[in-house]
Amino acid sequence: MEKNIYELRYFAEQIRVETLKEFQELGFGHVGGSMSIIETLAVLYGGIMNINPQNPKWQDRDYLVVSKGHSGPAVYATLALKGYMPMEQLKTLNKPGTDLPSHCDRNHTIGVDMTTGSLGQGMSTALGLALGNRLDKRNNYTYLIVGDGECDEGQIWEGALSAAHFKADNLIMFVDANKQQLDGYTDDILSLGDISAKLVSFGWHTQSIDGHDVEAIWNAVEAAKEAKGQPSAIILNTIKGHGCTIAEGILSNHHMAFTKEKMQEAIDCAQKVLDAAAKAWEVST
Amino acid sequence: MNIILKNNIVSDKTMMRDRYCNTLIEMAKNNKNIVVLDADLMSSMGMNNFKKTFPERTFNCGIQEANMIGVAAGLSATGKIPFAHTFGPFATRRVMDQVFISAAYAKLNVRIIGSDPGITAAYNGGTHMPFEDMAVMRTIPTVTVLEPTDGVMLIDLVKQTEKLYGVFYIRLQRKNPIAIYEEGSTFDIGKGVILKDGKDVTIFSSGIMVKESLDAADKLQEKGISARVVNLFTWKPIDSKLIETCARETGAIVTAENHNVISGLASAIASEVCSSYPVPMETVGIFDEFGEVGSQDYLRVRFKLTADEIVLKTLKVISRKK
Repeated sequence: MEKNIYELRYFAEQIRVETLKEFQELGFGHVGGSMSIIETLAVLYGGIMNINPQNPKWQDRDYLVVSKGHSGPAVYATLALKGYMPMEQLKTLNKPGTDLPSHCDRNHTIGVDMTTGSLGQGMSTALGLALGNRLDKRNNYTYLIVGDGECDEGQIWEGALSAAHFKADNLIMFVDANKQQLDGYTDDILSLGDISAKLVSFGWHTQSIDGHDVEAIWNAVEAAKEAKGQPSAIILNTIKGHGCTIAEGILSNHHMAFTKEKMQEAIDCAQKVLDAAAKAWEVST
Repeated sequence: MNIILKNNIVSDKTMMRDRYCNTLIEMAKNNKNIVVLDADLMSSMGMNNFKKTFPERTFNCGIQEANMIGVAAGLSATGKIPFAHTFGPFATRRVMDQVFISAAYAKLNVRIIGSDPGITAAYNGGTHMPFEDMAVMRTIPTVTVLEPTDGVMLIDLVKQTEKLYGVFYIRLQRKNPIAIYEEGSTFDIGKGVILKDGKDVTIFSSGIMVKESLDAADKLQEKGISARVVNLFTWKPIDSKLIETCARETGAIVTAENHNVISGLASAIASEVCSSYPVPMETVGIFDEFGEVGSQDYLRVRFKLTADEIVLKTLKVISRKK
C-alpha cells in the first residue's frame, strides 16, 4: 500500500479522539500509554499491516501483539475505525460483560491477536507467533509493541536473546519509549540506559525515531523489513499522554481519573487537531 | 478405557523418557504441527533423537523457562501443538504466571511436561524436588493435570493430547518406573482405574505411590482387611463419581501421593468426599516440608512414602469407621 502521510496523520487523530471518548465514558483509565502509541497504531493499521477486517482470523495476515496490554483502549478505537466492530461498541470499555477489557484479550475482542496484561509476556508469545508462521513458510510479519517501563521485566531480555538466536527476522518490535512508568520517570525507578545499544548487543537491528511522526514510523518499518537474519526493533521516542491536554506533561498519567467535563476539554482540543489534519489531507489531494 | 493389568508388577526396562521421545517422533511423522521445546534439558530428557529427526521443529530455548512457555503459547496460536519440557519445579512454580496468562487465560494449546516429580529428583535435592507442581497447576483454571503411572499410560496420554485442545501438565519420572499395565492399555482422562477391588477401604494414589499402594493392599490382606486400590492418575479433571462410589462402598479413604498434601491429591479428594459422601480419611504424602538430597530409597523412607506407612494410615482410618 502507498503511504499517504496526510491520511495517516488524520487516522492517528481519529484514533486519538475515539480513544479519549472511551475514557470519557468510563471516567478513568490508562490514558498516558494509550496516547503514546497512537501514531504507531495508525501506521500499522493504516497501511503497513496486511489484514482483512472481514476475515480477522485469516492465517496469512500480519499479527500484532500489544504486550503493554493496558493500551487496549487505543487498540480498540483503531480496530473499530477499521471496521472490526461497530463504533458504538467503544462505549462498553470495562462495562460489565464487555468484550473490551482494560488489557487486550484475544478471546474477547475480534482483531486482537494475543492476550496480554502481565508485562513482558507478549515478547515471548510474539516470538512464538513469528516462529510458527516461519515454520509454515508464511511471508508475514509479527509486530510487537512493548513499553520502555515494561523493559524492566526479565522476560523482555530472555525473548530478545531468543529472537536473535532464532534469527526471527519476521518479528518487528516497537519500544514505546515514553520515559515514564507508573511510579515516575523510568530513569528514577529503574534506569534502562540505552535500550537501542542493549538490543544491538543482543543481536537486533535497531532504529531510533520520533514515535509521533507517522512518516518516520512508516519508513522505519520498511527499513526493518530489509534487515535479514535478525529481529528488528524500532525505538519510538514518545511523550506519555501525547495529544491529551489533561494528561500530557503530567507525571502521574499512567492511570488517571477525570470528570466528563475535564475530558471534554481534552477531546475538544484533540478534535481541533483532527479537523486540521482533515483539512491538510484535503489540501494535499 | 481398555485396561489390561500385568500379572506381576515389574520394573520397566524402557525408561519413561525414551518412551516419551519415541512417541513424539512417531506422532510428529504423521502431524507436521507437533513441535518440541526445552529449556536446556533435552539431553536429560533423552530428546536428542527428536532433534535429529525434526531439527526445524525443535526449539531449545536455553535456560529460559518463562520465555519457553510464552514461545510455546505463541506457536500454538499459529496451529502448532507444542510439547514443552523442563524439570517439574521449573515447568510450574517458576513459570506460573506465563502458564496462567500466556497459555491458559489466552485459551491456547500447550502441553507442559515436568520431569522428576517429588522424591524422584533424588540427588538434585530440595531445589529440584517438586512437591507443589501439581498444586500450582491445579489452581490455574482449565488446566488438565496428570501423573502417569507407567510407560504404557504415558504413551497413551501423550497420544490422546494430540487431538485435545487446552493446557495440559504431565509430570513424569524420566527413568525406570514400574510396569503395571500391559502394552495397548488405554485410559480416559478424568477417570480413575480400579487396580484391585476391596470392601473395607479405598486407597487412591498416582505415580510412584501406586506400587506402594498395591504392596500395602497385599499386607492388609494378611491382616484380614480388604483394600480397594484406585490409580487416580488424573488429578484434574478429577473422577468425582468414582470417589463418591468408593466412599459409599468402602466407607473409608486413604490417599498416597509423592507431593505435598496441601493442595495435592489429599486436598482434591477431601473436597470431593466432603461435598458428596463424607467418610473418615487419612493421608500419606509430604506434610508441608521441603525436599532434600538423597537416594530415592532414602527419601522414600525419610518422607514416609512407603507401603508400611499406607498400612499404618489404613489401620488408623479403619479404627475411625463407625
